[in-house]
Amino acid sequence: MQIAPILAALKKHRMATFLIAMEIALACAVLCNALYLVVERVRLSHVETGVDDDRLVAISLAGVDDAQAVDLGPRLRQKLSSIPNVESVAVANATPFGPQAGEAGFRIDPNDPVYRIQAHFYLGDAGFAKTLGLRLVSGRWFTADEYAPVDGFLPKASSLLVDADYASKLWPGQNPLGKPVLVTNLTFRVVGVVARMVRPNPSPFAATNSFITPALAGKGMASVYLLRVAPEKAQDVFARATAMITRDEPSVILDATASGPLTQLRDAYFANTRSMAIMMVGVIAALLLVSALGIVGLASFWVQQRRQQIGIRRAIGATRRDILHYFQIENFLIVGGGIVVGMVLAYVLSAVLMKLYELPLLPAYYLPYGALILWLLGQLAVLGPARRAAAVPPVVATRNA
Amino acid sequence: MFGYYLDLALRSLRRNPALTGLMVLAIAFGVGASMTTYSVFRAVSGDPIPWKSSRLFVPQIDLFGPTAAAKTSNEPQDLVSYKDALAITRAHRAHFQSAMYNIAPSIDPASPGSRPREVMGHAVQWEFFPMVDAPFVYGHAWSADEDAAHAKVAVISSRLNDRQFKGEDSTGREIILDGKPYRIVGVLDHFTPEPLFYDVANRNFGEPDDVFLPFATAIDAQSTNTGNYNCARSPLEEGFSGTLTAECAWIAVMVQLDSTADATAYRQWLDGYTDGQRQAGRFSWASNNRLRNLPAWLDFKQVAPPDTKVSLLVALGLLVVCMVNTIGLMLAKFMRRSGEIGVRRALGASRLQIAVQFTVEAAVLGFTGGLLGVAMTWIGMTAMRAVLPEDIAALARMDGSLLSLTLCMAVLATVVAGLYPTLRATWVRPALQLKSN
Repeated sequence: MQIAPILAALKKHRMATFLIAMEIALACAVLCNALYLVVERVRLSHVETGVDDDRLVAISLAGVDDAQAVDLGPRLRQKLSSIPNVESVAVANATPFGPQAGEAGFRIDPNDPVYRIQAHFYLGDAGFAKTLGLRLVSGRWFTADEYAPVDGFLPKASSLLVDADYASKLWPGQNPLGKPVLVTNLTFRVVGVVARMVRPNPSPFAATNSFITPALAGKGMASVYLLRVAPEKAQDVFARATAMITRDEPSVILDATASGPLTQLRDAYFANTRSMAIMMVGVIAALLLVSALGIVGLASFWVQQRRQQIGIRRAIGATRRDILHYFQIENFLIVGGGIVVGMVLAYVLSAVLMKLYELPLLPAYYLPYGALILWLLGQLAVLGPARRAAAVPPVVATRNA
Repeated sequence: MFGYYLDLALRSLRRNPALTGLMVLAIAFGVGASMTTYSVFRAVSGDPIPWKSSRLFVPQIDLFGPTAAAKTSNEPQDLVSYKDALAITRAHRAHFQSAMYNIAPSIDPASPGSRPREVMGHAVQWEFFPMVDAPFVYGHAWSADEDAAHAKVAVISSRLNDRQFKGEDSTGREIILDGKPYRIVGVLDHFTPEPLFYDVANRNFGEPDDVFLPFATAIDAQSTNTGNYNCARSPLEEGFSGTLTAECAWIAVMVQLDSTADATAYRQWLDGYTDGQRQAGRFSWASNNRLRNLPAWLDFKQVAPPDTKVSLLVALGLLVVCMVNTIGLMLAKFMRRSGEIGVRRALGASRLQIAVQFTVEAAVLGFTGGLLGVAMTWIGMTAMRAVLPEDIAALARMDGSLLSLTLCMAVLATVVAGLYPTLRATWVRPALQLKSN
């Protein structure tokens, strides 16, 4: 390896070396953070719901008043289940990717004076678990006598189910079964843990903080219906359901933004996230392109400047490969220096983002990825100028510049 | 002299098309990506009422106290209780003030046979309309007297007017909301601010309001609040009347204060009011009020999705990378011309003249890069419009100000980036260069 002479030569071009290294450092800082943001968003849009998205249709009604609700809930449940290809129907208070309906602060320690933690409380009737396709990992489902009428926004019940991931956060290392959850003037106890139940509005850093409580359809719970349908029939069932409601229930209003096949609600929910991810990918692409252009420009300039030296080296026995390697190693060293500084800068930028926008700190494993991308980019960009350098004939040494 | 430098710059750029092309492309990409991101950011966080946003204020009162449930900071609630909303508007300390809450009444269809549908709206007081400068195409806002008399009147949007009355002057006619008749006194002329700045605590983007009812009338009619509703304690009474006496935050308030002195006085009055409430035994904590003006309020409520702010920051990072890149390339370009500089210096050009010459060259580069950057921005925005949700996409558009901003940004960034290479160019000593050539 000829690292020592390369470093010696770079000392002659301190400013240019410094500029490329700085450019790489900045690019590294921006790249790592942008990559992290994109990956987080993509990961969110693939969030696992714990329910069978492609088999579910949500029907949400707006402005159902209490007097109407008492018999609307059971009646509509009946009518919706008679639609062909509907396997089961659940009445609930909310649906994944719909508006949240039961967000509340709660305590897990009866002696705690304040409600420190917030979660979403799903309300569901007896058909809820089966319709959604929830999976129980421990404990039991609700028994028939546990379903209670809704008072305020929660049922007057005493048992609830919790998401497994959330349970492990609330009670780390403990068995969640039997643990109390105190909300308003009610005390619930965990009777079962489901594998997963996503909250209605998952965000990158809160996706599973949800409970399920047993409620009876009627007053306080007659606005949201979930239909489990035969495969590939979601669109068809949704069309029939809306037609039925328009025909048979002229007094209720369909909430169009929160109704439809669950896969559609999911797409609509993530539309914004997706466009931000795409924008970020565009910025990353522009960033890499600009960095590459910079490297190509400066490397070409150097090759031009050193034509005579290259000729001399060739004349005294260096092969084309030696010259090619020289420029490649030089680029590798400069980019490497930039990356080292860039890693520090990446954390500085991440800390700023964390302070301003409450984003979590950049995980360390993004750094090697960022470094690898920039090293590859550097090698790719320098290839053209380095090959031109390798093509310089030895005879140049004898000419005056 | 400028013309000569311009000519020199153009010649120099033509002489080395590859390097020039690289620089122009790099500037164009950097500026294009930054401006595309900025345009989206501007679309989601734009000031909806720039001419008076700094004079509109949102008073907040701490209804829950410092030890309340589910409070993560010491910020008071976004909305106020009915009791406080009445106290604030009755005191009439501001130029204009209005309490308001979100309603969504169902409206009887224009033609028999079709179904009733839900419309979005707000219950507001008469001062709301002059305060937000709402434009009217027909009629006018209801009067203070009609407010006081709890009149059954309504102001509707031009969109609803088109749907219900085929765009005719509908003032004096009736609409049926939740089964009750209201007389239309005014039709708004495309009043669809984005974000919905007067009530961002409840809604910001999406459906604009179609109906406005007098606040007192809506309370009489027990029009359901469709916005947020947060309580310190459970209401003592059930039902709608319970919400009026409860310590629950659900009413948005906006006031117009025309000077800093007015704002200071208002703040004092607000603290005085809550102190009075504490002395009366209602609150057990010291006054914890806020009075933010609209820009500060929109920022506090993070109306712009934090994602866009972050991507703006990332795009700014890209611009900096671009500038560093341009410094490097310009350095290469200028240093290559040491000979030329030496000749010019030997023939009597001062350092300053060399500096001006190279600054002009940098500006020409920046301008060219900027022109291409405008094209890039246009491409970027077209692409973004395809992926953005419709309501935001409609706001992200190329206009004169964005165009000139893109060009200015490109020229400025390039000239700033050119400072160091230009300085280096002025260091060239004439004798040395002449000798070696």
